[in-house]
Amino acid sequence: MSNASSAPQHSTALPNGWEMVVGLEVHVELDTKTKLFSASPNRFGDEPNTNIDPVTLGLPGALPVLNKHAVELAIRLGLALNCKVQPSTFHRKNYFYQDMPKAYQISQYDQPINIDGYMMLPGDVRIGIERAHLEEDTGKSTHIGGTSGRIHGSDYSLVDFNRAGVPLVEIVSRPDIRNSDQARQYVAELRSILLAVGASDAKMEEGSMRCDVNVSVRKPGEPFGTRCEIKNVNSIRAVGKAIDYEARRQIDVLESGGTIRQETRHWDDSEGRTHTLRTKEDADDYRYFLEPDLVLLDPDQEWIESIRASLPMLPAARRAQLAELTGANKESESVYVIVERGQDEYIAAVANAGGDAARALVYVQQAFAEEGASPKVAAKDIATLTQMERDAKLTATQAKTILSEMVANGGGDPVALAAAKGFEALDTSAVEAMVDAAIAQQADAWAKYCAGEEKAMGALVGAIMKASQGKADGKVVTAILQARRAK
Amino acid sequence: MSTPAAGSNPARITSEVVAKVAKLASLKLSEDEITLMTSQLSGMLDHFADIDKLDLENVVPLAQPFPLKNVFREDVIVKGLDRDEVLAAAPAAEDGRFRVPPSSGLGEQ
Repeated sequence: MSNASSAPQHSTALPNGWEMVVGLEVHVELDTKTKLFSASPNRFGDEPNTNIDPVTLGLPGALPVLNKHAVELAIRLGLALNCKVQPSTFHRKNYFYQDMPKAYQISQYDQPINIDGYMMLPGDVRIGIERAHLEEDTGKSTHIGGTSGRIHGSDYSLVDFNRAGVPLVEIVSRPDIRNSDQARQYVAELRSILLAVGASDAKMEEGSMRCDVNVSVRKPGEPFGTRCEIKNVNSIRAVGKAIDYEARRQIDVLESGGTIRQETRHWDDSEGRTHTLRTKEDADDYRYFLEPDLVLLDPDQEWIESIRASLPMLPAARRAQLAELTGANKESESVYVIVERGQDEYIAAVANAGGDAARALVYVQQAFAEEGASPKVAAKDIATLTQMERDAKLTATQAKTILSEMVANGGGDPVALAAAKGFEALDTSAVEAMVDAAIAQQADAWAKYCAGEEKAMGALVGAIMKASQGKADGKVVTAILQARRAK
Repeated sequence: MSTPAAGSNPARITSEVVAKVAKLASLKLSEDEITLMTSQLSGMLDHFADIDKLDLENVVPLAQPFPLKNVFREDVIVKGLDRDEVLAAAPAAEDGRFRVPPSSGLGEQ
């Protein structure tokens, strides 16, 4: 079974040689001031129906006008996902629902703005991006009465149109994902990219980033199986759980002689399972046609190139740079964490000030979790601390104590702090004397240790550390004990 | 109930397709109306078939009849409609929101 506590979780293998095939459709709300086709605020959390206008409400005669900044953010995202930006059109997707008063959603259909991109995942796994297109969000319904809070069995619904018309980009991956780890990595990386390019605040808990998951199963090499689409997957953790559940459900159906119906299913996070929401054939005839109230969107090359030039360094490139600087693996947890927090530039500043980058990576990961991208502690002081530890002027434990003090005080000179605490690493001859004393006192433990019982070393080290009042370097103590035993 | 329209290619559209599209659009059509629409829509499809016969190899598909592209607005907030005024015009409202019957429609999201 998967281990929930260790950092890179591993999805369990499917039984009997089955393989899952997964594609993701991720909707993100763009970080604009106004809606996609009208000038009402795009703002989460306002009083219901306070950000509405004739376009939002679909009043007769209201005409949509495209938000230029939304287009720019969509292009930024497309370029960051290695997409081709192309001339595009808008279509009406027709269906009836109470949170969409026009009875159609304006979306992009056969000519989306971004096509044919990709994202790289750990292990050089390449996930294709089929398209990343613009569309408008719907309003929000609350179903009242009945038992479940769902639409079925409810007495009536209350509708808030603040969200209606908010600009979305829907990012559609190719069915290149083969396990739930990759799916979670994909969503996490997409979120990092969205934040890096400033396209969205990507808050899954507030619904500004929403995942639909397409899952099917097959035996390797066989054609794709019938897929089910799972909605309401609202956290990265739920993406993994929903996929693993759904793949096993489909395998159970197939192995007991059944067939998979193409349908939309609902993820129930509290129950940890999916339910049928509707079968696909009921819903799929959206009668798309070109939106006659909007014209061709054809961004000129100059605009696209100026957007490309304004893109920041993306998370993958920053991780590679940090790994190079610190000697860490670019797929290690510490490298991911530091870039996620935006503290990679800080570590570069420590290195520039003569610090040890590898030690700085460890310090910053451990002590700067609450510090954000611009820690208060001066980079040069962290540089000095790494040098003191490297030069054995401080033990690792002492360095950690001083680091905590520096973080708590928002800075400080590590040399002065070490002096004030009386931290001076003991010279080796003093440590050797303590080792000999400990061996004499703990004869039992020493005998066991010499007989090959490694655990017995703990008692000896503990006695030595106590005698030195924590000033002895644990690594030096261990080395001396090993040397004594080898004699 | 398949009734190919007189004078049209019977394969173009059937009354079943017309009935299905009417249902998707929430239109209630009588049998007579379906027959009439099937005939009229078949006529339109005949016209498209005529266009299909032309050599359009070098004609760029037209997304829009107007010679316009890239019509934008800047991302600036403009005051919209007043909630109380809008809700007063709705058949029912509650708690600052529109109150509507439970939909039997096919929803997204």
